[in-house]
Amino acid sequence: MSYEASKKYPMQPVPFHVLKMQEEIPDCYTLTLQPEFNVVSSFSPGQFYMLYVFGHGEVPISVSGNSFEMGTLMFTIMTIGSVTKALCSVCVGDVVGVRGPFGKGWPLEQVKGRDVLIIAGGLGLAPLRPLIYHLISHSADYGIITLLYGTRTPDMILFQDELASWDDRDDMRVFLTVDSAGSEWHGHAGVVTELIEKIGIDTVRTTALTCGPEIMMRFTAHALLGKGLAASDIYISMERNMKCALGHCGRCQYGPHFICKDGPVFAFDQVEYLFKVREV
Amino acid sequence: MNQTQQSHCLDPDDFGILLKILNEKGYLTVGPTRRDGAILYDVLESMYDLPIGWTDEQEAGIYRLKRRDDNALFGYNVGPHSWKKYLFPSKTKLWSATKKGAGFEIDGEADAPPTYAFIGVRACELHAIQVQDKVFMGGIFQDPIYTGRRQDCLIVAVNCTQAAKTCFCTSMQTGPKVNDGYDLVLTEIIDEARHYFVIESGSDVGADILKELTTSPAEQDDFQAAATHIENAKKQMGRTVDMTDIKDVLYHNYDNKRWEELEKRCLACGNCTMACPTCFCSNVEDVTDLTGEHAERWRTWDSCFTMDFSNIHGGSIRASIGSRYRQWLMHKLATWIDQFGSSGCVGCGRCIAWCPVGIDLTEEVKAISDSEEGDRNGTHQDN
Ligand SMILES: Cc1cc2nc3c(=O)[nH]c(=O)nc-3n(C[C@H](O)[C@H](O)[C@H](O)COP(=O)(O)OP(=O)(O)OC[C@H]3O[C@@H](n4cnc5c(N)ncnc54)[C@H](O)[C@@H]3O)c2cc1C
Ligand code: SF4
Ligand code: SF4
Ligand code: FES
Repeated sequence: MSYEASKKYPMQPVPFHVLKMQEEIPDCYTLTLQPEFNVVSSFSPGQFYMLYVFGHGEVPISVSGNSFEMGTLMFTIMTIGSVTKALCSVCVGDVVGVRGPFGKGWPLEQVKGRDVLIIAGGLGLAPLRPLIYHLISHSADYGIITLLYGTRTPDMILFQDELASWDDRDDMRVFLTVDSAGSEWHGHAGVVTELIEKIGIDTVRTTALTCGPEIMMRFTAHALLGKGLAASDIYISMERNMKCALGHCGRCQYGPHFICKDGPVFAFDQVEYLFKVREV
Repeated sequence: MNQTQQSHCLDPDDFGILLKILNEKGYLTVGPTRRDGAILYDVLESMYDLPIGWTDEQEAGIYRLKRRDDNALFGYNVGPHSWKKYLFPSKTKLWSATKKGAGFEIDGEADAPPTYAFIGVRACELHAIQVQDKVFMGGIFQDPIYTGRRQDCLIVAVNCTQAAKTCFCTSMQTGPKVNDGYDLVLTEIIDEARHYFVIESGSDVGADILKELTTSPAEQDDFQAAATHIENAKKQMGRTVDMTDIKDVLYHNYDNKRWEELEKRCLACGNCTMACPTCFCSNVEDVTDLTGEHAERWRTWDSCFTMDFSNIHGGSIRASIGSRYRQWLMHKLATWIDQFGSSGCVGCGRCIAWCPVGIDLTEEVKAISDSEEGDRNGTHQDN
C-alpha cells in the first residue's frame, strides 16, 4: 500500500517483515522491520508507530533505530501483556502490520546550540536512542551531550555496547545508575535523580529531555526545576492508552492534549499543572 | 432572495410527498419514530412512522411519552438516540484481512453506506454533527467511515417550537432556531386557525427538492408565526448554564470537593456518553476466526466511564469514578474548547434525562462555579 492509500485508510496496517530479532535484556527484544512493498516514510526521533500482530491486536511503540538508515524501522519492545508478548514472539520472516509514524518527537530545532541533558529510566532509553544518533551525527550543532540512565538492576541495562561507545566520544558523557545491585556492580546505585546532583549543569545553556516511567519523570522534572532549569527547557514523553493514534478514539487524552498527536513529547511547562492532579 | 434560500408553506398532509421525493432520489430517509416507550431514530417508510400527536416529558432521570391534543408531526424534543448512530455507527468493522504466506492482505472495500436523508434534525443536533465533523474530518487524519456517510448526507432540519425541562440550547447558543448546515428547514405552526409548515431551503439541493413539492408562497405573517413559535421554545427552556469563563472556571477546579460527591452518586454506567450526540470515544478490537486465517478490526463506541478506557499495563489511570466524571465534564465544557475551538456540549439535555440517578451537569457546573472562590487557592498547590 502506498503512503497516500494509508492516509486514506489510516486504520489499515501496512505489512512489514521481520528482518532481525535481537534479545536485549530478559523479555525485551529489538525488531528490525522492512516494508513488504513500499519505502518507509521518514520519521523523527521520539515519534511512534502502531504495531499489529495478525489477529492479536495493535499497540503503540516508539522507534528506537536510526532515522538516517532508510529502508528499515527498529523497535525495542518489552513484554508487558498479550500484544507485546505476541510481538516479542515473532520470527525472522514473519509479517507484522505497521501504521505511522505518529506524534510530535523530540525538539531537535529548539535544542540546537545548547547543551543536551538526556535522562532515561528503564525502557525509556529506547525512544531516546534515535535522538542520541541524531545528536552525535550532528554534534557540531549541539553543546555537551550528557546521558543519565537508570535501571532497576544491572541486567536491565539496554544497549550496553552502545553506551560504552557513546561514553568514549569526546562530545558525550554517559552516567549509569541502578536502583539495586549485588557486589559485582561497581557503578552508582540509587535513583537517576541522584545523578543530576552529581554532574555539573549549566542551567542557562541546558535543555533536558527525559523518558521513563511517569513517576521517574515527575521526580526528574522537579529535580531539574530545583536546579534552576526553566520548565520550558524540560521535555518529557508521555504514555497513555491508545487505540487509533489519529486523534479519533479519545483514549489518549491528557487534559486538553491528545498524546497521540500533540505529544507524546511535551515541554514540561505545557503539562506541569496536570502533573499536580491525580488521575487526570 | 437567492436561488438557495426559498421559503414556502407546506401542508402537513404533503409531508409524505417530501419523503417520497427523497426516496426516489435514492436517499434512505431516517428520523424519529415511536418505539419501546421512547422516540427513537429509525428508517421512515412513510410520514405515519413519525410520532404524530405524541410528545415527551423530560426531567433529570425521567423520560416519558404523552399524547398531545393535536396532530403535530414534530411536537417533541430529543430522545435517547442521536444522528451519530448513522454517521459514527456504534459497532463498525474497520477492515478484514486474510493470511497470505507469512503475511496478510487487507480484503476489498466494504459495501458503500446508504445515502441518508436525516428527517427532523434539531438545531442542537445540527451543532452536534458539526462538532463531530471537526473530530472526524477536521484533523490531520480523516475517518473514512464518518466521511463516507457524512459527505452526501441530506439534512431536513426542524426548528424547535417547544423545549423540554432538560433543554439548555439557549445557554449554549446552539438553538432553538437552526442557522446553517441544513438543506431544508421546517417550522411547524399550529394555532387556532391552521396547522402547516414554513419550509425553507438552505442549499441548492434543498432548493431543487422544494421546487418539486406542492407549496404556497410564505408571507410576512407566516414568518412572524414561525418566529413566535420558536420564541415559545426559548421561553420554555428548562435549564441554563452560565458559560462565562467556563473553561477557566473548570480548569481551576481539578480538585474541587464536588468530584468526591459524584464519586458517591455516579454509577459509571456510561449512559450519558452513549446518549450524548458529541461523545466520540471508541474502542478498537482485533479479532481472528478459529482457523486463524481471517482477521478483523472492529470499532465500537466506548465511554470514559469504563475502567478499561484509561488502562495502561495493568492499571487504570482513572481508577476512581469521581475522576472519570471529572474527565467527562472537563472534556465537554473545557478541554473541548482547547481541542476543537467550541464547547463539546450543545445543551440537548440527553445526559440529564438518561442518567439513572438523575445527575445533572448544569447543576454540577453551577455547584463548581459557586465554590470557585473557595477552591481557587487550593488548586495550584503541589501535592
Ligand atoms: C507513545 C507510546 C510509545 C511507546 N513505546 C514503547 C516502546 O518503545 N517499547 C515498549 O515496549 N512499549 C512502548 N509503549 C508501551 C506499550 O504500548 C504497552 O506496553 C502496550 O500497549 C501493552 O500492550 P499489551 O497488549 O502487551 O498489554 P495488555 O496489558 O495485555 O494490553 C494493554 C493494551 O494493549 C492493547 N491490546 C491488547 N489486546 C488487544 C486487542 N485484541 N486488540 C487491540 N488492542 C489490544 C490495548 O490497547 C490494551 O488496552 C509505548 C506506549 C506509548 C503510548
Ligand atoms: S453533554 Fe449532555 S447536554 Fe451536552 S450535548 Fe452531551 S448529552 Fe447533550
Ligand atoms: S453521570 Fe449518570 S448516566 Fe453518566 S455514567 Fe454516571 S450514572 Fe451513568
Ligand atoms: S490514540 Fe486515539 S485519540 Fe489518541
